[in-house]
Parts: sequence; structure tokens; C-alpha cells
Amino acid sequence: MAVLDLRQRSGYLFLGVVLGHILLISAQVSSRTGVPILEAVTFGVFAQVQRTVSSGVEGVRHLWGGYIGLRHVKQENDDLKRRLADAEIAVQQQRALADRARGLEQLLDMRDHSALQLTAAEIIGASSTPDFRTLTIDKGTRDGLRRDMAILAPNGVVGRVVVPTGRAAKVQLLIDRNAAAGALIERSRAQGVVVGTGEEQLRMDFVSEASDIVNGDVVVTSGIDGIYPKGYVIGRVEMVEKNGPSYRLILVKPAVNFSVLEQVLVVTTPLAAHDGAGVDAGARE
Amino acid sequence: MRVAGIALAIVLAVALQTTLARFLVRGTFAVDLVLVVVVYVALTFGPVAGMLTGTVAGLIQDALSSGIIGVGGLAKTVVGFLAGVIGTQFIVAQSLPRFVVFLGATVLHALIFMGLYALLDVRHFGTPYAAVGGQAVGNAVVGVLAFQLVELLPGAVERRRMQRTRLRR
Repeated sequence: MAVLDLRQRSGYLFLGVVLGHILLISAQVSSRTGVPILEAVTFGVFAQVQRTVSSGVEGVRHLWGGYIGLRHVKQENDDLKRRLADAEIAVQQQRALADRARGLEQLLDMRDHSALQLTAAEIIGASSTPDFRTLTIDKGTRDGLRRDMAILAPNGVVGRVVVPTGRAAKVQLLIDRNAAAGALIERSRAQGVVVGTGEEQLRMDFVSEASDIVNGDVVVTSGIDGIYPKGYVIGRVEMVEKNGPSYRLILVKPAVNFSVLEQVLVVTTPLAAHDGAGVDAGARE
Repeated sequence: MRVAGIALAIVLAVALQTTLARFLVRGTFAVDLVLVVVVYVALTFGPVAGMLTGTVAGLIQDALSSGIIGVGGLAKTVVGFLAGVIGTQFIVAQSLPRFVVFLGATVLHALIFMGLYALLDVRHFGTPYAAVGGQAVGNAVVGVLAFQLVELLPGAVERRRMQRTRLRR
């Protein structure tokens, strides 16, 4: 009898908890504007845990790699990597400048676009579930970060800030299923939208069947989304196929290897200073 | 004491999940450690403990991800409850049955999680059979190993201590 009673009670409890979840989900689905307070608070608090765990892990790694292992070689290697990253950023900026100089638009627009304000940030955590492709960085609103700021790496575009808190921020990677960015083929200037697939691959949508695109073409940001500055490398075209009567199916290999990222750069330049018209295409929702 | 242990296990699992993912291949951790903890607790302590662990752990994961808060919570609640019911109704003391429970739990979790997102028309996952299959096997292996470790470790330590005592004599 007692067992039956316990089972009945656990059944009621189960129904209650499930009902609670459904109410919670319903409340969010009906009002999807902004970041839920619970998410921001929990993320803010847990970012501290991530920071601590990350510091511990980094400490052990540094102890092993820097002191027990090849101390001098590692220091030299770190220095060289830093210099290479600086050089690659400079190349990216030069490439973006060259693109701008080529277009007629730049002849009319006399503003100086070259100086992007960048803030370096360290990655302190990854997504808590494999279904979302996000990272946590150690800079937040106290460092001037805001929602929808672009994140770059020396190789190219990484993603955008989605949840900034005081001392940390969550970054949605470009390969996340819900991520998107305005893009164009560098060689032929064919425009489209690059979207994430959840895998280590991107897809370029809305590219006309008549466009001139071949394997190996470099895909860069177009700047029309108002999030990503124009001319930064997204990746290279890996496959081009016909997709219906009007469009092409284009798969893009990202320029950034997201699994080995340790540091990123946040573009803190105000959105108005970017090339785009302010259309929010950074999120597909 | 038990509640504190479970809470600690959840926090550790989430911390490890978010930390290790950076260092592993392709940036994704193909094992959901939090789900492993939920199923482990359910099989060890029963449906109510499994359900409450699933609720708490799922909501934490939801709050840390960019999705809708409650979807992962609901998926883990159902999985925790059902795994607990299976643990009380059947003998799940061997590695093979445990492997099957972890495998089934992961598939059910993926079905509920992705199904709810598709139902709400918020996020579409396509046909991720390989990803779910890989995660199911990964979770099952980690889960079975966790059981083995917890069950065999005290005995191994005791045997080692006995051997040392015998050698001294």
C-alpha cells in the first residue's frame, strides 16, 4: 500500500513538474523580446564558475607546458603566435581596405572606415549542450561590449555577442544553426547570406543561379547585416551545386578553426560606423 | 548529504562539459555529461530523485545555452523519471542493461529536445541521426564506466591495502 502511495505521489509530482516546464516554455515563446532575466542572471553567475574552472585548467596547463615541459620553446612559440596573429589581423584590415577602395561606393563615401576598435578577449568556456554552438569570453559590458557586436579571429569571422553580462559574454558562433551573416564572393562580388549548419561547415543561401562562383572562391562579409564589418573573411567555397531553378547550393568551409580558438577580438566600433544599412541579419529568428 | 552530492555532481558535469568542449575535436563534446549524471542518479536513487535532478540540471543547461528555458529541463525531467522507473521495475545491475538504458535515455532526450524545438518552430535540427547515435554511444560508455568506477573502486582500494599489510608481515 505504501509503495502504491509513493508511486502515485511521484506520478503527481512528475505531472506537476512537467506542467511547470510547459508553463515556463509557453511564457517565453509568447514574449521573445530580449534576453530572459533568468538566463542573464544564471549565465552571469555561472560565468564566474567557468572563469574559475578555466583558470584552474589553464593554471595546470601552464604549469605543465611552461615549467615542466619546454619552457623557453613555449614562450618563444607564444610570442611568435602573437606576432603572427597581429600580422594576420593587419592583413585582414588591409584586405578590407582594398575592397572598400575598389567599389564605386567608396568613391562617393569619403568617411574613413579603416579604424575598427578591437578589444581582445579570452575564451573561458564553451556551450553547455552540444546542440548550441556558443562560447563564453571573459569580457562583458564593463569592457564596453554590447549585444550584436562582431567577434573576429586572425583567420576570419567568429560570430557575434548574444548575451553580454558584466564580466563575461556569450558568443554565438557563425556555425550555430541560428546564425547568419551577409556575405559576398570576393572575386565575382556575388551576394548572399551565409548561415550556420551546426557542423563545421557553412551554407551560402540566396545566391542567384547566374552568379559566377567556383570552388575555392573566398567568401567575405558584405556588411549589410549591420553586425559584421565589410570585407572580413568567412571562408572558402567548398561545393557549388544547382539548387532549384533560381538558386545555387553553396557550401563554405569556415576560415576559422573553432575548436582551437583561445583568444578572439571584439569589434567595439558602434554599429553606425559599419558599412551596413542596419538590417539585422545576424540571427535568423 | 545525498542532495549535496547530487548537486555537486551536476555542477561538476556542467563545468566539465563547458570546459572540456574547448579542448576536444571539432569544439563539440559528443557526450552530454549532465544527462549521464541524471540517468545515473535515476538508476541509483529512483524516479523522484532522477526527475528532480533532471529538472535542476536541465534548467541550468537551458539557462546557460541560448535556447528556450525549460525545453532541456522538460526533456531531462522525463528522461530522469522514466530511467528511475526502469531502474525500480527491472534489474539494471549489469553493464549491458545499463548501457541500453543510457543509450535509450539519450535517444529519448534528443527526441523530446529536438521535437519540442521543431514543434515551437524555433530551431530545426534536420536529420541528425549520426550525431544522436554518436552521443548515445558516448553517453552509454561514460555512464557504464562511471558505475564500474563507483562500484569497483572501494573494493580495489581495500584489496591493495590488504596486500600491503600482508607484505609487511
